[in-house]
This record gives sequence, structure tokens and C-alpha cells, in this order.
Amino acid sequence: MKYTEEHEWLRVEGDLVVVGITEHAAEQLGDVVFVELPELETQVAKGDEICVIESVKAASDILAPLDGEIVETNEALIDNPALVNEDPTGDAWFFKMKIADMAELDSYMDEDAYKDFIG
Amino acid sequence: MTDLQRTCLHDLHVELGARMVPFAGYEMPVQYPMGVMGEHQHTRAQAGLFDVSHMGQVILRAPAEALEALVPMDIAGLAEGRQRYAFFTDDRGGILDDLMVANRGDHLFLVVNAACKHADIAHLRAHLDGVEPVADRALLALQGPMAETALARLVPGVDAMRFMDLRSLDWEGTELWISRSGYTGEDGFEISLPETRAEAFARALLAMDEVAPVGLGARDSLRLEAGLCLYGHDIDATTSPVEAGLTWAIQKRRRTEGGFPGAARIQRELADGPARLRVGLRPEGRAPMREGTKLFATEDSPEPVGTITSGGFGPSLQAPVAMGYLPVELTKPDTVVWGELRGKRLPVRVVPLPFRPSTYRK
Repeated sequence: MKYTEEHEWLRVEGDLVVVGITEHAAEQLGDVVFVELPELETQVAKGDEICVIESVKAASDILAPLDGEIVETNEALIDNPALVNEDPTGDAWFFKMKIADMAELDSYMDEDAYKDFIG
Repeated sequence: MTDLQRTCLHDLHVELGARMVPFAGYEMPVQYPMGVMGEHQHTRAQAGLFDVSHMGQVILRAPAEALEALVPMDIAGLAEGRQRYAFFTDDRGGILDDLMVANRGDHLFLVVNAACKHADIAHLRAHLDGVEPVADRALLALQGPMAETALARLVPGVDAMRFMDLRSLDWEGTELWISRSGYTGEDGFEISLPETRAEAFARALLAMDEVAPVGLGARDSLRLEAGLCLYGHDIDATTSPVEAGLTWAIQKRRRTEGGFPGAARIQRELADGPARLRVGLRPEGRAPMREGTKLFATEDSPEPVGTITSGGFGPSLQAPVAMGYLPVELTKPDTVVWGELRGKRLPVRVVPLPFRPSTYRK
């Protein structure tokens, strides 16, 4: 698992990268009540705001961690946004993307580095 | 958060695992480990304990008629032991703050918003004598259907109170000023007590199964579902009480006689109707529409006709809820307007307030 400074986790699954938010991020957000997912088969650029997460308190975005194409989204989050709090690193993945170069993942933090990052 | 003040319950909040945030110059608990959603539901189902000691408590030793020069309420007709919702108006008919006023026999007792308290005290002092800010009392709110049961264990007699009553009652030798009121739409109480006894009293309540601590996050979602205004958001100096739908709070004698700041405008709007009105709004779908969201008459009209002043997710309704201002012709229930969210226009239905009926013990 790799981690971004935006508190997203990235997991390699075959030739795809699965993206979600960390437990720390879910806890900071509080109860998630609404999720807007990116459109399928769209090309996204690193840093694009592609998902919206709304908690009772506030709205926040998920940024595209890498350049690539969105190939799958987790529709279960639309009907059950609370899944983000219940299982942020498992069932509550947000989207899967196809990226050109898996080596780009190396620039992100590993678990120990992320733990240091959130203190 | 070094410049922030703390209430006398600060250490208790931290011990309970609260996430502390800056609010109106204070470091306040926004939520406890239960979370906003859980705290909201707990308050609706059982009883929530809120620290609202940041709010301003003021004793006013002045004739009731003198305060009537600053508020469009019937204060002279407020019986001893009764409390009433009020607001300070300005010369243009805007609202300077909203507050609670109680008649405690030889004086009036005011509770004003934390963010406005210094301005309110200055405003009172500029016009009245006998203004005594209360510096040594905490303020707690216990809200929810089990509030009476819980509080009556410590303070027998509260069960005899009805909505908007205020009594001085004893708890282990300490004088509590208790009103049957609150800011959640639930039955409940607000309790003013000496700071030195506040933590012991809060702990005695928290030891009960029915009572959980509740932070500002749920306080906001609870009051929003109850259709209650938040000063600085739903009402301010640019909104008149008539526009805000608060005419119910202006008693008949004052409507007729006037004699309060901004009476000309407020009486005119009472007679002719205002140009715009605060309404309840139900965004369709699940996406919350928050404060500042622009409202449009149609899906493609170029200019907004109104703005959301409070909005979020209503945990009891399991749906987004909001309040905002619209031109009067668009305020009929079931009118559909459009809110612009992230560049997209989504339908929003006008609904009557409150979103959820109140359960006050009248």
C-alpha cells in the first residue's frame, strides 16, 4: 500500500491502482453522508479534483493521485456513504485507475512514512 | 489555539476525548468520540449534554419597559419565572443579535450569543443602566426526551416546569437557574450554575446511562432540523425579523405601538409583507447544500434569486436540509428552485419549517 499527502491510499491490483482514503482521513472527516464518484472511462491528470466527499460537517475532495484513466468506481458508496467510516481501507475504495507507468507509485509514502506523516 | 478562551469544563471535554476547535473566541468541543451523527441521534432518542458556557449571561436591573426600547418584544408583560425569545433590532430594522430574556423577579436575565456578547453588553450599556455581565457562571444544556428524567434525579421539581419556565432550584446547596428551553427542537433545559460547581454537576449527569456529551457539530444539525436561526448566518443586521419569519416573536402590543429600533420598516413589512422570506429547503438527492449556495429560479436563469444561509445533512431526516432566503413569490411550499453545486444546478424544494416537529413540553 502507498499513501499520498492528501491521505489517500493506493493499492496495486493486477495492472490497476485502487484508490481510497485512509482511516485517519475518514476519522478526521467524521460521518460521511454523500459521495460523488468520477465518471467512468475519463482521463484524469494528477491533482484533478475527481471525487467529492461530504461529511455532516464539511465537504472535501479526492484528488487524482496519478495521470490515468478511471476504469471502475465503487457504486456501493453512493447508496451507503457510511461505508467510508466503517471500512475505509477495504470495502470503501473509491475508484480503480489504469496508469501508464506503475513506477510512478514509488514517489508515494509507504506505511511507515505515512504514519510518521500523520504523527 | 493560544489566544482562545476556555470554559470551566475544558479539561472535562479533553478527558472525554473531544475534538476542540476555535469558536467565537473560545476553544470548544465540536464532537466527542461518538461523532456528530451519533451525538445528534442520541439527543433525539435520549439526552445530550452541551457546554454552552461561552454564551453571554447578563443580569439587567432595569425596568422591563427600558429593555423594550431595544427589542420589539413585550417584556413588561413577561410574567415572573417566564422566559421569552427576543432580538435586538437596529434603526434600519435589521437584527443585531437574538437572545433569551427571563423575568427573575427583581431583575431580567439575558442569554446572548457568544460571538455577539461584547457588542451586546456595550449596546445595553449605551442605552440602559443596571447591566451586569455574569462572569462566574457556566451554562449547560440538557436536551432530549430523557432530559427531564435525568435532571429530575439531581433536581427534583424540574418535572413541574413547562416550556419557557425559569426557576431557581437547589442542587446540593448550589443555586441553579434552570429554564425549560434549548436550541435543538427537543424538550430540555438550560442550566446556569456557578463555575466552581459546573464540572461536578456535569459529571453527575454524564454518569447516567441516558446522558452523553454532545458537541457543537450536533448542536448545529439539531437546530437546523428544528428550523432555528443561527445568528450571523440565517439572521444578521441585513435581515429584518419579518424577512426571517420571526414575526411570531413580536407580540401584538409591540406590533401596534412600535417604539423599538427599526419600527418603521418592521411595521411596514408586517402590514405589506416583506420582499423576501426565510424558507426551509430540501435539496433533492443526497448532496448537502451548504451556506453560500446560490439559488436560481430555473435551471438556466442567469442571476441568482437567493442564497442558502445554513445547510447540511439532517441526521434525523437522513437527507440534506437547508434554510435560505427567496423572493416571496417563490416561497410557497413545494416550489422548486435550483441550487448551484460545483457548477451544476440541482433541484431544491421549498418546505415548511421546522423540518421536524418540536417536542417542547408546553
